[in-house]
Amino acid sequence: MRTVLSVVAIGVQVAMVLTLVGVSQGMLQEQARQKRSTGADILVRPPGSSIIGFSSDMPAKIVDVVRGFPETEMATGTLVQPTGNIDSVTGVNLEEFGRMSGGFRFLEGGPFMGENDVIIDEVTSRMKKLHVGDKFPNMLNRDWNVVGVVESGKLARVFLPMAQLQDLAGKTNKVTWVFVKLKNPATTDEVVKLFRQRLDDYKVYSTEEFASLISIDQIPMLKTFINVVIGIGLFVGFLVVFLSMYTAVLERTREIGILKALGASPTYILRILLAETMLLAVIGSVTGILFTYGTRWIMNTFVPSMTTVIVPSWWPIASCIAISGALIGAIYPGLKAAKQDAIEALAYD
Amino acid sequence: MIEIRGLHKTYKQGDVDVHALRGLDLTVAAGEFVSIVGPSGCGKSTLFNILGGLTPPTSGTIHINGQNLMALSDSDRTNLRKKMVGFVFQKYNLLPTLSVQDNIELARHIAGEFGKPKDPSFEQALDMLGLRSKLDRKPKQLSGGEQQRVAIARAIVNKPAMLLADEPTGNLDTENSELVLSLLKRLNEETGQTILMITHNPEAAAYGHRIVKMRDGKIVS
Repeated sequence: MRTVLSVVAIGVQVAMVLTLVGVSQGMLQEQARQKRSTGADILVRPPGSSIIGFSSDMPAKIVDVVRGFPETEMATGTLVQPTGNIDSVTGVNLEEFGRMSGGFRFLEGGPFMGENDVIIDEVTSRMKKLHVGDKFPNMLNRDWNVVGVVESGKLARVFLPMAQLQDLAGKTNKVTWVFVKLKNPATTDEVVKLFRQRLDDYKVYSTEEFASLISIDQIPMLKTFINVVIGIGLFVGFLVVFLSMYTAVLERTREIGILKALGASPTYILRILLAETMLLAVIGSVTGILFTYGTRWIMNTFVPSMTTVIVPSWWPIASCIAISGALIGAIYPGLKAAKQDAIEALAYD
Repeated sequence: MIEIRGLHKTYKQGDVDVHALRGLDLTVAAGEFVSIVGPSGCGKSTLFNILGGLTPPTSGTIHINGQNLMALSDSDRTNLRKKMVGFVFQKYNLLPTLSVQDNIELARHIAGEFGKPKDPSFEQALDMLGLRSKLDRKPKQLSGGEQQRVAIARAIVNKPAMLLADEPTGNLDTENSELVLSLLKRLNEETGQTILMITHNPEAAAYGHRIVKMRDGKIVS
């Protein structure tokens, strides 16, 4: 029973790390997919902005500047405004965005008709149980009329008319992103260099470059958060195995005495306990990896806005964390067992 | 083979010194079966623990096959237990989760003999002990007598210089006691195994070639 509980606890620890990484990676991949689906070849971000994040914006006239470049086929700006937690709303010029991306595919309803209209994607529709004709409540301190439900995966999840969002957010004539379609997409890399020269401090990426950059390593806050969770995981693994092995050593005092009477050295006994711990940690790690398939299903079913993926490249990392924590946890009980006095141990009942 | 002179062992029990052995002298020849008897607290178990390398003596000399136990480090005493001593305990002390075979193999593993062919005399002993058909069983599936026979097999599998049996029949009924004692005697006669046996039971003691009586930490006869 103790062994099973230890395996499950190590599994939970591994699943915790892997799920966090899976959610982070999933949401970042979703971001990259959304940007790719815009049809843009180049993305422009404000000076000093991070790869991800909505805090920076830039003057909307930059869209006109980019439009004026000879390589540009078309350009459009969007404004992203956080609405709490990790949610946000995107202000979009539907006509311009439609020309660049081929337009949204409406599953219900259609484009904006008035100032208080909102378009949502099917994931938001499912999560918030909203359909055309319903009120989208309390976003930016007001209720909105749902006029369209679009297929997910393009640009964002919730859309407002650009001017309306700029006005409400107090960001008149500001944009967060500029999406640029080139006349000749084959020259994207060269044009990116040209744009960087022309736009000074503005961040210019090709869409593919942006997609490749959007990783956990590029987001310091997320990296720190994951490191904290890894630290907690390591500590939990240490505690679980420490308690489990400490109890095991106490329970097996007599058996340790028998081994010593048979001539087992302290190293031999320590090796047995560490081998047992290793086995426990490896089985726990495999269990944890299996658990992540369960957590992915739970997340994607009940919180579909937080796209969760399985990240096999993190399996060895999470397993190493679990094994390290477990081995550290086994050291003290192992040494205690190794130093056990054989005569006292044999007299133990 | 075993030469003990002026052996002393003093334990600390709190602030009090307990003199368990007080100048004990004993000689045991190779191939002898010696029964050691004496009242509780006379130092029999202490003598066994020292002979078995489980605890160091305080003073005196003790030689086993010419090797001076006084000069042994902890690690040397561990090696002594591996190669030169086989223990048989009153409570059998088998590992409950292992089969009979694995309990025996464990002793070979610890001695670094695992995987090497067993001595033919051990195979004979296994037949003599009647364990051949019970190798896959767990200790709890065996009677007390059978468990003690497994303990004997485990004790002799590495061909130790001496077998130390501490009250080997203490937990057994008369029939099983006689069986185990007969087996120890046969083992001694057929393989020349040196045996030292602690017992309270005079009938059991009579199985040995000679009986050594202990009192107050000394041999009295």
